[in-house]
Amino acid sequence: MAQMPYIAAVDAGIHQEMRRDPNVLYFGQNLATTENHEFVAAYGHDRVRVTPISETAEIGIAIGAAMAGFRPVVELYMAEFMLVAMDQVVNEAPRFRYMSGGQVKVPLVLKAGYGFTAGWAGQHTGSLTALFMGVPGLKVVVPSTAADAKGLMASAIRDDNPVVFLHHYMLTLEHGEVPDGEHLVPLGKAEVRRAGGDVTIVATGWMVPRALAAAEQLAKEGINAEVIDPRTVAPLDLETILKSVDKTGRVVLVDQAPRHASVTAMIAADIAEHRFKALKAPVVQVTAADTTIPYSEPLEAYVIPDEARIAAAVRTVLK
Amino acid sequence: MSPQPPSAERQIWILTQMLRIRTFEERVKRTFTEHVGVIRGHTHLADGAEASIVGSLSHFREGDAALATYRCHGYPLVLGSDPKAMMAEIYGRADGLCKGLGGSMHLTDVKRGFLGTSGIVGAGIPHAAGAAWAAQIRGKGNVVLCFFGDGASKQGAFHETLNIASLWKLPVVFVMENNGYNVVTTSAQEDANAAAGEPLSVKAKAYAMPGVTVDGTDPLAVYTTVGEAIERARAGQGPTLVESKVYRLSAHGNIIAPPGVPLHYPEHEAIAVFGKREEYEAALRGDPVPRFRGILIQNGTLTSAKADELSARIASEMQEAVTFALKSPFPKVESALENNYA
Repeated sequence: MAQMPYIAAVDAGIHQEMRRDPNVLYFGQNLATTENHEFVAAYGHDRVRVTPISETAEIGIAIGAAMAGFRPVVELYMAEFMLVAMDQVVNEAPRFRYMSGGQVKVPLVLKAGYGFTAGWAGQHTGSLTALFMGVPGLKVVVPSTAADAKGLMASAIRDDNPVVFLHHYMLTLEHGEVPDGEHLVPLGKAEVRRAGGDVTIVATGWMVPRALAAAEQLAKEGINAEVIDPRTVAPLDLETILKSVDKTGRVVLVDQAPRHASVTAMIAADIAEHRFKALKAPVVQVTAADTTIPYSEPLEAYVIPDEARIAAAVRTVLK
Repeated sequence: MSPQPPSAERQIWILTQMLRIRTFEERVKRTFTEHVGVIRGHTHLADGAEASIVGSLSHFREGDAALATYRCHGYPLVLGSDPKAMMAEIYGRADGLCKGLGGSMHLTDVKRGFLGTSGIVGAGIPHAAGAAWAAQIRGKGNVVLCFFGDGASKQGAFHETLNIASLWKLPVVFVMENNGYNVVTTSAQEDANAAAGEPLSVKAKAYAMPGVTVDGTDPLAVYTTVGEAIERARAGQGPTLVESKVYRLSAHGNIIAPPGVPLHYPEHEAIAVFGKREEYEAALRGDPVPRFRGILIQNGTLTSAKADELSARIASEMQEAVTFALKSPFPKVESALENNYA
């Protein structure tokens, strides 16, 4: 085990796979501009390249290289930059296997940060996870710990499908224990971060540490919360969530996105359909306010779910 | 460096492939009236572009790849795909090339190097560049042929990709089939170069790559021009933009079922929208398929009896394709849920 920041763990996952598989490519903007760049030095310019600011071509080139047998990882920096190339993400990459009747595979990873609510204002702070969640053919990964960042990145690269890998900017420098050597975390398997029997809290990304902090606060009041981190929202490990609901009968869903663009809206619908009779109280969602993210610090804090709002929601469902 | 002109035998092969595309697509078009409702949605014909398609693909080697658009019936036929499986795909049947999941716009035959087609204008251009990057890394001298229309050259995907392809010296040839119309809009109405009277190949200049315009109705001219671009790409000298000027002899898309509700024009837009019957009839007089047939007969490469025999053989090949496709069962409905994920 080594202590390392979350973002270094993402890189460790890419290194792990580039070392073992010469077909893994890594490219994007402002990447590999000198011979000393760690990925260029290790793997050479055939496999590691800088691109112009051309998201449509970057993602499209990844699709073509993937169809021709390679495993490209595209460094996109910010999730919003994918919006420039939404056709390639939503209507090209996940379509080719299907439309060809299974003749091609499109194994690629679109790596982007999201949720940078640290004064980045309206266009660089979005939590766009749910945009990609419902696209058949895509997988969507949202690690919340350094260990998962490495293991999920490695699994995303090994997966034979297009994967949107969203690392949370607010977790960038959070340190965590990361297994040495080969480390893989399966896609589609939720992690119970904290076991508890009174209430189920589901959260992803930066909302996971906030949910855990709320759970600690509630424990002092004698409330024992279970915190589930789905880790990938497509595929979604609904089974682990429903099992917890069977146990607790009370649910709080936390998402940094506005309500109708949230992953929690989808999870709430699934819980209502499959566990209506197990519920002892209505499901409560704690989401961002329905607004563009403001720049000014107190305003930004006001619209994003925090520990106090999560704890308050738990108290509501326990009433 | 120019490629050697094609042998007499190869020229007969070129005519054969042109006739196969034309005949196959005539059967697609006839299906709309002879077997009403059998083709769903949209089909787009390449009639008028056969010389360009076959001339370009004449240089295709093992390990090369081609990618195209929703107007995609011609390429796989030339590359060796089975017309029976192609027609079954267009009819949405179990024996279809893509198991009935893709249809007319998304024919794919990976085993023969036909990697895929995007129905979104311009979106497939970067895919070709990605496949060319793969070829560059593998270093075996393979190339990728990227086919698209004039309309696509106004998409960001075109400009972004040509820039990177030139920068990285990717082994790709961009074949722009300029048929003069983006659906019902003329090139001069939507393209600054066309409006200024310039060939569209001048766009290559912005990306420091050669740009050439060729008569896409002349298969031998295309053979030479695209052949030069391919040799350049195989030699590691990077991409070329070829503007291949053709005239689409049908309307943009075929009539959509139910019959009697023509969502597209039964005649070419030159007539249906612009009233330019003479423009269309001139194009028809220059139809590349009978013209090339005439040339080969005139210069003694082929006798007219042999040419008739060829046409008859192809007619029966495509009749078999229709018969086969009509008999092929529909896929099991549950197969709609397969192949989303590998």
